[in-house]
Amino acid sequence: MSDNILKIRDLSVNYQTDRGKLKALRNIDLDISRGSIVGVVGESGCGKSTLITSIIRQLDSNADIPNGSIEFEKQDLLKLSLDKMRNISGTQLSIVFQDPMSTLNPVLSIGRQMMDIQYRDKTSKKIKKQRSIDMLNKVGIPDPQSQLKQYPHELSGGMQQRVSIAMALQAGPSLLIADEPTTALDATLEVQILKLLKELQEEMGCSILFVSHHLGVIAELCDHVIVMYAGEIVEQGSTYEIFNNPAHPYTVKLLECDPASISKKQRLLPSIPGEIPDLTNLSGGCIFKNRCDQSIDRCDKQTPKWNEFSNNHYVSCHLIES
Amino acid sequence: MKGVIKKISSDPLGLIGLCLVTLMVISALGAPIFAPYDPIQLNIMERLQGPSVNHLLGTDQLGRDLFSRVLFGGQVALKVAFVTIGLALIAGIVLGLIAGYGPAWLDNSIMLLFDTIRSVPTIMLALAAVTVVGPSITTVIFVVAVSSIPNYGRIVRTQTLTLKSKDFVKAEKLMGASLLRILSIHLLPNILGPLLILASMDIPTVIALEAGLSFLGMGVKPPTPSWGSILNDGFTLIRNTPWPIIAGSIPLVLATLGFTFLGESLRDLLDPKLRKLL
Amino acid sequence: MTLMFFMIHLVPGDPARIMLGPRATPEMIADISMRMGLDQPLVIQLIKFLGNILKGDLGVDVLSSRPVTEIVFGQLPYTLWLIFSAIFGAMLIGIPLGCYSALHRNTFADRVTGVISVACITAPSFVVALYSLLIFAVTLKWFPAIGAGEKGDFFDQAAHLVLPAFAIGISWVGYLSRLVRASMLEVLGENHIRTARAYGLTEFTIVYRYALKIAILPTITVIGVGMGFLISAAVLTEVVFARPGLGKLIIESITTRNYPVVMGSVFISTGLFVISTTISDLVNASLDPRIRDNL
Repeated sequence: MSDNILKIRDLSVNYQTDRGKLKALRNIDLDISRGSIVGVVGESGCGKSTLITSIIRQLDSNADIPNGSIEFEKQDLLKLSLDKMRNISGTQLSIVFQDPMSTLNPVLSIGRQMMDIQYRDKTSKKIKKQRSIDMLNKVGIPDPQSQLKQYPHELSGGMQQRVSIAMALQAGPSLLIADEPTTALDATLEVQILKLLKELQEEMGCSILFVSHHLGVIAELCDHVIVMYAGEIVEQGSTYEIFNNPAHPYTVKLLECDPASISKKQRLLPSIPGEIPDLTNLSGGCIFKNRCDQSIDRCDKQTPKWNEFSNNHYVSCHLIES
Repeated sequence: MKGVIKKISSDPLGLIGLCLVTLMVISALGAPIFAPYDPIQLNIMERLQGPSVNHLLGTDQLGRDLFSRVLFGGQVALKVAFVTIGLALIAGIVLGLIAGYGPAWLDNSIMLLFDTIRSVPTIMLALAAVTVVGPSITTVIFVVAVSSIPNYGRIVRTQTLTLKSKDFVKAEKLMGASLLRILSIHLLPNILGPLLILASMDIPTVIALEAGLSFLGMGVKPPTPSWGSILNDGFTLIRNTPWPIIAGSIPLVLATLGFTFLGESLRDLLDPKLRKLL
Repeated sequence: MTLMFFMIHLVPGDPARIMLGPRATPEMIADISMRMGLDQPLVIQLIKFLGNILKGDLGVDVLSSRPVTEIVFGQLPYTLWLIFSAIFGAMLIGIPLGCYSALHRNTFADRVTGVISVACITAPSFVVALYSLLIFAVTLKWFPAIGAGEKGDFFDQAAHLVLPAFAIGISWVGYLSRLVRASMLEVLGENHIRTARAYGLTEFTIVYRYALKIAILPTITVIGVGMGFLISAAVLTEVVFARPGLGKLIIESITTRNYPVVMGSVFISTGLFVISTTISDLVNASLDPRIRDNL
């Protein structure tokens, strides 16, 4: 296994709600090796947002982490002081969010915001400005010099997202987290942004943790895929393996339901019957049991363990015994 | 209703507000019963006394019992508050509906009128009116009502405008529903709640306005007691005795506090997202 | 926002008779009517009045025959000083207080501040004025009770400003702090603040440069619109403290039935109000480019 820049071990996150303790993440294990692009796929409510928020340590005050560690470049982020975390955020570890319009501060110019994130540098303003211009060039923004004076609402959605990416990559992070960065964009823009990300990743050599519910995008961009369901990772492996040899019943169903995979004309669009279980009230056993059409007795009683399905392809399912 | 009261009581400030308001309303309505003396009864022999068993809040410079004056002053305050706000509400609703539903020129004229009213500081408007017609309660009621109309009118107008363009209203119109029906079924039930809450939050302002104007001598005519006029008397006597000021200010502060707490509690109760509307 | 000039409508009732009071003889009425042009048709009077206003002429004082403009502008500075010290004082205390409450929400300090703020808002300012007068001026004698102080003596004038400005400002402190608190809480929950945090910007930068800049906008609007209330409060406070100013002028003019002065003062105060709302709109536009682009 090559050098891992992110190592999450046994991470669990609970939220305190009116209805009780919501177990949003349960015993998550995740590795990201240097230079790879890892995709996290799953429907709404599977815990991907919580995962990201935990990594960047912006969990709400009603959240609590009963166990786990998030090792980034050999430091456990959960144990760091906020000051030290602040030094890492935005420099070695950065993030691009989903909706670019609300991501950027509306009352400050682009230039101002791009200069501000360089505040730790004691170099001159001119150098910082030049860096910003170079970065904007890299992400394909025309005439960056004058764009610096623009305000976010004066730019189109695609441009805004490019600026966000520029800001995220400015300091040359080793890990870029992308939280559904193309979901708010239309299809043509989506393709462009993905292309941009791929190019930049190759050029800068950073790793990307790419979260999405859009399977096609994941297939296009990522080397490695993690499938999440209701707060757990149910399957993970290389992109090829996951898309061609899905093992977990959920993954199989997910791929079936993806409109892109439908090749024959059908009257009814396929869907997965049932709903995500109530995370405040979990009975034991497999998390997918009440929606799985292949469940056996054991699924009710025991939580499945990780089993190696094939090379570097792991599944958490009783049906797959190694 | 019971549910409302229960919920308000669960909020500590709301409970205080409810108690204060109840206290005030009861004491004002029951002033003839509770007041030990006639509020305008002169008794020069006993002037400027401090609080005593006979006179709970003391007497003023003409020997009138302050406690009784305070109670009757409550009547004035309540009367002004409810009549004023009632008038403003009715006029505001009517004008707002006309502005929202009617032709554009009418809308513009009404809005111009509203803006004009809103540009003049209320006390100035009141003072100007008083200059011409002389001080009286009616003047106060009229002026404060007029200056409050735009507050309600604008909200009604906005809601009417929004409603007018909604598809289901257009559909109904197409089917021949009358104006009255549309307004009364769709608009009024939705708008009445927030309006009433807004109105209840205006009560303390109106009470304070009346007190302020009476304090300046522009409101009630002597010897009618009003908390403001009691304070006016107290003001001239400030170096002799503090009691008239204390007597006049306590009910005023308690009433404004009470209505404010109650109003806020009602507002929070109804819907936190109403905060944006109000 | 509204940038409207309005017309002061001459109120029904014969102004001349009103001005002179019940003891006027027909000759006096006729005389003053002619002098003031009141015998001409209403429309003409209105046009003349407006024309005069544009020329800067607000008519002439009934008693002393001095131009109203002169009289009103003579008293205006006192009122302006009062209003500005009140509101600046309130901003100085209220805004930081609001920020603090937002950052430490639901702590004991926050709750206490909240209740006190509400109490501050509700107490009518002239009541506060009366009590300040009673306690600090009459009883404790810490501050002067009457007037505006010696002209030219800065400290004396400042001392005379303290209590009246306090009386007006105190309710604004409560109001502003609650408003700032609510705005800050709202802004701090928005996505771009989350981004700013993700970039590791310092808490100070985030709160005071990123969040406050946005949160302060409604506060500025409120202050602009609040000029109306400030003027009203100033009127009452000036009476309580026997300070010279617009308030005192109006009250005296009312008792002497000095119609033009009253009208002039009302007009000027309305003008002030319009100016202040315009200024607050401009300030907001300078802070928020989205407003600029919409104007």
